[in-house]
Amino acid sequence: MNDILLKNINRPNSIEIETYLKDGGYKSLEKALKEYTSKEVVDIVQKSGLRGRGGAGFPTGKKWEFAAADKNTPRYLLCNADEGEPGTFKDRPIIEKDPHQLLEGIIISGYAIGAAACYIYIRGEYDYGAKVLEKAIAQAYDKGFLGKKILGKKFDYDIYVHKGAGAYVCGEETALIESLEGKRGQSRIKPPFPVNVGVWGKPTVINNVETLANVSHIIKNGPEWFAKMGPEKSPGPKIYSVSGHVNKPDNYELVMGTPLKDLIYKYAGGIKDGKNLKAVIPGGASTPVLKPEHIDVKMDYESVGAVGSMLGSGAVVVMDESVCMVGVARRLLKFFAHESCGKCSPCREGTHWLVQILDRITANEGSIEDIDLMLDICDNIKGKTFCPLGDGAINPVLSTIKHFREEYLMHIEEKRCPVGYQHSRWCL
Amino acid sequence: MAETETKKKGYAFSEEGMRKLKGLMKDYPSTDALLLPALYIAQDEFGYLDDAALQYVADLLKAPRSKVYGVATYYTMYKTKPTGRHLIQVCTNLSCSLLGAEHILNYLENKLGIKVGETTPDNRFTLITVECLGSCGTAPMMQINDTYYENLAEEGIDRILEGLK
Repeated sequence: MNDILLKNINRPNSIEIETYLKDGGYKSLEKALKEYTSKEVVDIVQKSGLRGRGGAGFPTGKKWEFAAADKNTPRYLLCNADEGEPGTFKDRPIIEKDPHQLLEGIIISGYAIGAAACYIYIRGEYDYGAKVLEKAIAQAYDKGFLGKKILGKKFDYDIYVHKGAGAYVCGEETALIESLEGKRGQSRIKPPFPVNVGVWGKPTVINNVETLANVSHIIKNGPEWFAKMGPEKSPGPKIYSVSGHVNKPDNYELVMGTPLKDLIYKYAGGIKDGKNLKAVIPGGASTPVLKPEHIDVKMDYESVGAVGSMLGSGAVVVMDESVCMVGVARRLLKFFAHESCGKCSPCREGTHWLVQILDRITANEGSIEDIDLMLDICDNIKGKTFCPLGDGAINPVLSTIKHFREEYLMHIEEKRCPVGYQHSRWCL
Repeated sequence: MAETETKKKGYAFSEEGMRKLKGLMKDYPSTDALLLPALYIAQDEFGYLDDAALQYVADLLKAPRSKVYGVATYYTMYKTKPTGRHLIQVCTNLSCSLLGAEHILNYLENKLGIKVGETTPDNRFTLITVECLGSCGTAPMMQINDTYYENLAEEGIDRILEGLK
């Protein structure tokens, strides 16, 4: 546990370049630049089977290959540090406590795709993390790992930190690009895909922090080492953020495919106060809720998909028996309604309609038709928006209706909350 | 964070602010990208972003005022209204709510004698709720100005607030 991506975070002075260098830091960069061509680095990452850790799970090497094949230059790498999926706090320790691991990955990745520069788009609230990164970048320039002719090679490369300003949707690639360009962060329709027409119209690769943090380790240990770790289709280490009603909420770096049950009971210490488990969100707020009967599932893309949810960002939110699932749906829909960028009307209007209905159901003023009405609204959002925010927003509603319909019926028919909760304002 | 009492007219960046903005110009191929950073500088220097401040930024970047207004009102971290010296931002998203965010919020409302969205009469604190700040493993949490306060409990809150004058 915690032996690859998080292994440095508790070391003294872990953010200093000297600490990182002492432990063999930037050796992978040297290896990549001296032993491999750009194309070979892309091939190595393809062979490793690394998939994007931001939520979508797209093969990283494929993305790189597409961008590298586009002759339009300059190309850009964007590091997505806009961590905002509720329940997710896995990129924060990498940024705040081991910035050079991330920077080394960013430099190697830039070399692979032939990028001129990387912008780290970090959420505005991670002000401390942005400062850590800026200091680390300055140190990397001093050592010649950034700037002109890096390590004597014909490779010029810069990294900039760009702060977001509070908008969940900017974690979506095209909204992130719009935001970086100085606009409201509203999603673009795809195609064209960012690998061809990205920031400032140039080929652009957007990779999550955790994804990029893996790169130096793949170069160091080889693609076979990585590919052998965990399930064949989604190999490698994964940082799972576990929160909610568990005894030891924290980040746990484990092999991809670790059973959800182990995460909750073996690593996070089981349910708080000896209560019973009621529901789990396996991959952040936009992934469907699962029931206790599902927790034997292995936490990788395919396995979680097979039980009707998604691995997402690997953010596990655990809920005990004291929780009203209608209240959970309401709380999450308030979030999505607040964060909808306003561009696509199904999402812009639909999320607010769902909140209104959930408000009246939790106030015990709903009617039985409201359930079908919500399903109808969800159907009219699904697949009808530019970006996945809409598709994600309906998941809390659909999955709680599917797995906890009786709780809706209690609120509607018996005019009472299944757990006796007073659903007042913003919270559950 | 700058004081919220700012003069209504004659907005201009300090030398330091202007130096910061000019330093950023070389980082981007287009000056359009300076809008978000410029709004941050404006907010730091002027306290909040009223119409005159937005006009100043628009003139500075030669951007349409409508665009500047659109961006400033789109993102939650830009303040278009004045706040107290310490902006208390309580996360009420799922993980924090599961671990008592509502209780934290009630406690703060009672202690400060204000409701969410209000500012104390001495202009010391403004209380608002925010969405997930990536601190779910250390819930419940709040952010005051730029600083995170995690694993909150009542006693801790008293101590935190006392330290903020």
